[in-house]
Amino acid sequence: MTTVSLTVNGKAVSANVDPRTLLVQLLRENLRLTGTHVGCDTSQCGACVVHLDGKAVKSCTTLAVAVDGASVTTIEGLAHDGTLHPMQEAFREHHGLQCGFCTPGMIMAAVDMVNRRGHQLDEKTIREDLDGNICRCTGYHNIVKAIAAGAEAMGKGAAPVRQAAE
Amino acid sequence: MYAFTYHKPTSARQAATLLAKKEDAKLLAGGHTLLPTMKQRLASPSALVDLGACADLKGITVKGRNIVIGAMTTHAEVADSPEVQSAIPALAYLAGHIGDPHVRHRGTIGGSVANNDPAADYPAALLALGATVVTNKRKLTAEDFFTGLYETALEEGEIITKVSFPIASKAGYAKFRNPASRYAMVGVFVAKRGSEIRVAVTGAGEGGVFRWPEAEAALKARFAPKSLDGLKHTAKGINGDIHADAEYRAHLIGVMAKQAVAQATGKA
Amino acid sequence: MSATGIGAAVRRKEDHRFITGQGRYTDDINRPGQAHAYFLRSPHAHAKIKSIDTKAAAGMPGVIGIFTGADLATDKIGGLICGWMIHNKDGSPMRAGPHPALAQGKVRYVGDHVAVVVAETLAQAKDAAEAIAVDYQELPAVVDTAKAIGAKTVVHDEAPDNSVFNWHLGDKDATEKAFKAAKHVTKIDLVNNRLVPNAMEPRAAVGDYDDGEGIFTLYTTSQNPHVARLVLSAFIGIAPENKLRVIAPDVGGGFGSKIFIYAEETVCVWAAKKVGRPVKWTADRTEAFLSDAHGRDHVTHAELATDAEGKILGMKVHTTANLGAYLSTFSSSVPTYLYAPLLSGQYDIPAIYCEVDAVYTNTAPVDAYRGAGRPEATFVVERLIEITARQLGKDPAKFRMQNYIKKFPHQTPVIMMYDAGNYGASLKKALEMIDYKGLGKRKRDSARNGKLRGIGFSSYIEACGIAPSAAVGSLGAGVGLWESAEVRVNPVGTVEVFTGSHSHGQGHETTFAQLVSDRLGIPIDNVSIIHGDTDKVQMGMGTYGSRSGAVGMSAIFKAIDKVIAKGKKVAAHVLEADEADIDFADGHFAVKGTDRKLDFGSCALQAYVAHKFNGQELEPGLKEGAFYDPTNFTFPAGVHICEVEIDPQTGVTTIERWAAVDDFGNIINPMIVEGQVHGGIAQGVGQALLEGARYNADGQLVTASFMDYTMPRADDLPSFDVGMTVTPCPSNPLGIKGCGEAGAIASPPAVINAITDALGHEDIAMPATPQAVWRAAQKSISRMAAE
Repeated sequence: MTTVSLTVNGKAVSANVDPRTLLVQLLRENLRLTGTHVGCDTSQCGACVVHLDGKAVKSCTTLAVAVDGASVTTIEGLAHDGTLHPMQEAFREHHGLQCGFCTPGMIMAAVDMVNRRGHQLDEKTIREDLDGNICRCTGYHNIVKAIAAGAEAMGKGAAPVRQAAE
Repeated sequence: MYAFTYHKPTSARQAATLLAKKEDAKLLAGGHTLLPTMKQRLASPSALVDLGACADLKGITVKGRNIVIGAMTTHAEVADSPEVQSAIPALAYLAGHIGDPHVRHRGTIGGSVANNDPAADYPAALLALGATVVTNKRKLTAEDFFTGLYETALEEGEIITKVSFPIASKAGYAKFRNPASRYAMVGVFVAKRGSEIRVAVTGAGEGGVFRWPEAEAALKARFAPKSLDGLKHTAKGINGDIHADAEYRAHLIGVMAKQAVAQATGKA
Repeated sequence: MSATGIGAAVRRKEDHRFITGQGRYTDDINRPGQAHAYFLRSPHAHAKIKSIDTKAAAGMPGVIGIFTGADLATDKIGGLICGWMIHNKDGSPMRAGPHPALAQGKVRYVGDHVAVVVAETLAQAKDAAEAIAVDYQELPAVVDTAKAIGAKTVVHDEAPDNSVFNWHLGDKDATEKAFKAAKHVTKIDLVNNRLVPNAMEPRAAVGDYDDGEGIFTLYTTSQNPHVARLVLSAFIGIAPENKLRVIAPDVGGGFGSKIFIYAEETVCVWAAKKVGRPVKWTADRTEAFLSDAHGRDHVTHAELATDAEGKILGMKVHTTANLGAYLSTFSSSVPTYLYAPLLSGQYDIPAIYCEVDAVYTNTAPVDAYRGAGRPEATFVVERLIEITARQLGKDPAKFRMQNYIKKFPHQTPVIMMYDAGNYGASLKKALEMIDYKGLGKRKRDSARNGKLRGIGFSSYIEACGIAPSAAVGSLGAGVGLWESAEVRVNPVGTVEVFTGSHSHGQGHETTFAQLVSDRLGIPIDNVSIIHGDTDKVQMGMGTYGSRSGAVGMSAIFKAIDKVIAKGKKVAAHVLEADEADIDFADGHFAVKGTDRKLDFGSCALQAYVAHKFNGQELEPGLKEGAFYDPTNFTFPAGVHICEVEIDPQTGVTTIERWAAVDDFGNIINPMIVEGQVHGGIAQGVGQALLEGARYNADGQLVTASFMDYTMPRADDLPSFDVGMTVTPCPSNPLGIKGCGEAGAIASPPAVINAITDALGHEDIAMPATPQAVWRAAQKSISRMAAE
């Protein structure tokens, strides 16, 4: 067993884990942060996306021991003081979710997309950039609309939350 | 996953020592091939030597007429690097189209090159640009380095430290993605440096990445997409699977080569 | 229309927990002392099990218990069942082989369940499973749908020629007569490709046993927890219903695949008592590919007869349907009563005859997947119609219009009585939305760029709301298909609705609350919808077949009627008026012709304090239940038009435009309905362009992960132009028809018709992958060059 210490959603945490523990297992099983999901075994579906030191990564393909000392933001850490992140708000407003299972990864990917590509995102950019996230319910139509709106809202005053959290 | 011991050296030298000491040890770079393989219990290293803290394996520098990229540099870092974007934009483009954004935040050039997946993108760039793979022991040309499917010239205890790319005057990359995995079903990298023209193909070869001499010859006359009109790659030696048989892949080599040249010549 | 009432695009009440990571899916549930299960699965498609040696495995670290089929047999745990009896043409019953939850003597597909290991951790369970020694005697596998009947390999001794049943529907003689009189006959051979549902949440189960109370609890990824409890109790014999609680918490998509009762959940709940610990299992994606029930997999020959004017005279269909290695819960109904009765489509077809051979193969069980039978029927009909129009030189839109049913009700020759519709209106609107007039110019523009453009129509109909219990009973269903609702009004006028429907993405917590808010005139936030727990909801039939609106909400409607009726009695006492003089509107009970009134909340309070009446006059309280049994199927219908552009160099098909006009009857929440359409289209486009489960000749699934099975991604799809027409459904009080499956039913033929239009070909198989389209395009180009 190895001790891993990291910051999750702004809080210092540590856990004693078997080296084969994945980051997603640490989050879900040790920290009981079950908002991050596992939808595949081949690093493709993106249900497990979290931010690692401010960048979107697949927590199912990251060893917990490898991120010792890092800062992780999960879907649970996106809202602040009861105020939803503009991207969360946009997903609700534009019906960008149905069963909700891919949603946490989708929202974390969307926030990362804005961090990388800015606040004005056209449909083509959004669709191409969603390569690492699979949704089976929505046909992506409303996810694309939600991300475009969320990106714009993030530009209007609401600073990207990761900067505040991390 | 099977159990393993985990080690996190802070330099390439320490990593090499650990690798030598532990039987069945494997290097962990971005982990985006190794970890899924281990999750499926298809690999069972007794020890993992994580290169993530080896600062000497990271970074991008311009050295004379070369771009030198540390082995642990992520695909996103290469794609976003102003140095790479200005020196070899096609290389930045390639790195920016590996996997997906999340994968690019973790996956590294060293990991990709060492794995030599026949559907990986980087091998095409290395071969076409005439890159040199630098290890803790020696320097290898791309031709000498890639030896077959998932096979490289790397020896026991050898660690890739960086890859050095000669700056091409023109270069382009086009890939046709496997619709399911999004790996390259066919990827073609073309590069022109002085009078030398190289066309390298990934995703298609039964033996991994390879050069296409006929296309190189055709482009030597004139480096333009039109020069490849009517040129077809043979289906012999080309992979077939449920997504694309050898004939279709061979055809796509021609189409992607043209697109790559168009990109290289600013006509895409 | 109020901001939260019927017809309003109310934002979903359930979203807060999902967008903040507080959804509670089965794998999120952890019980104290929980152990982990791992299933050892067959690596062979077909083999006899000579022996299973678990000794070495039992001694491995962390192992709590290892069980095989023999242990289930000892405990008299029954096999999984198929709940719909189909009879052969000769009247004999279908041939159902046994389906033990853990194999007994034989495995029949790769992924079949051989043994379960329960251990402290999942890794330890996997380690031990590797140490179980199974001695298999491999047998040849039968995989190919078309070659199963009469194959040398027999999957079940009960079905010596691998035929589950040979069934038919329609009037054969009348159909033959129609064909004899025909001027033109169109013949096609089609394959409806096999699909893997792939809800993003993999199946999972947590079994728990409370020894003190003698009660089992099963948390499971189910679309119908009550049916799961019924089957686990009455047929499998886990425990009587009063000792078995089934909870389906948040469920991450179903699409049919979570209707069925599976081996894993059965074993987990049983094993919880065996080991005295809660037992958890969660599928990884490859397990999902191997063992979730697959969808479709039909091989069909079909013919359409027309007269000299292009009027359709008759249709003949023969289908071979692959049901896999075992009969899954509702598998037998899918290629029969959910399929053949839809073969009339939107068309007036005087004579139809359909024959279906259902076969066993050494592949995963096949059962309902979004649309279930209706996509297969629509694909046959709309491919036939399209090809016929082209062969007759008629505009495909005009040919459809010519043959549409125009008078309602309409009795088809295949059971169904269509109650209402206006197919021409949908077509007209869709043609405008897609700018059909501008197609010629767009085709020329594409051609100038070296591309091929095509348009494809699909006029689909579906039978939803499944269905009147007496009707389905007469067709062989093992259950009735009503729905239940209980409306509990709290003393301050807030309302809890207990529904037997189950939401796994459909947004019931919002839509159902809209109905209640609208009818009772109370704020939507005062309404909670409770579902998915057999301890809370007495009984229900669950969600599938686009039934929750038409049937589930009709039950709520009925219960609300009773609440209002009771409320009137209470109000009459309070307002000291005659009950007959009380009106209820806008949330108030009022005495006709006066200004005396009582708001709903006050009425509720009066019902509970019961000071204004005594128990002999009126029972206290305000709580009513209802069971609603539909009087007919509902018939959503519509027209989808797809426009594609093909790059003949690469074979890549790009969907350029998509116009969908659906008639779902009345709509409660248009935002949610449109979302259902988007998702359905995406799955249909997936079937047409991307997806296909492939087994090799040995019965190995070669598409067992997202590396090989193409899931539709955002950049594979366009945005969709969705419109509606409304003819209210006459057979339920809300006029709702249902919307969940329409997109998946409509879209595959629209895509294939568009591609074949672009290529100038009669047919292309699904999925029309770039390779397939490229190959077809080469032929088109050489033919065009020759012309």
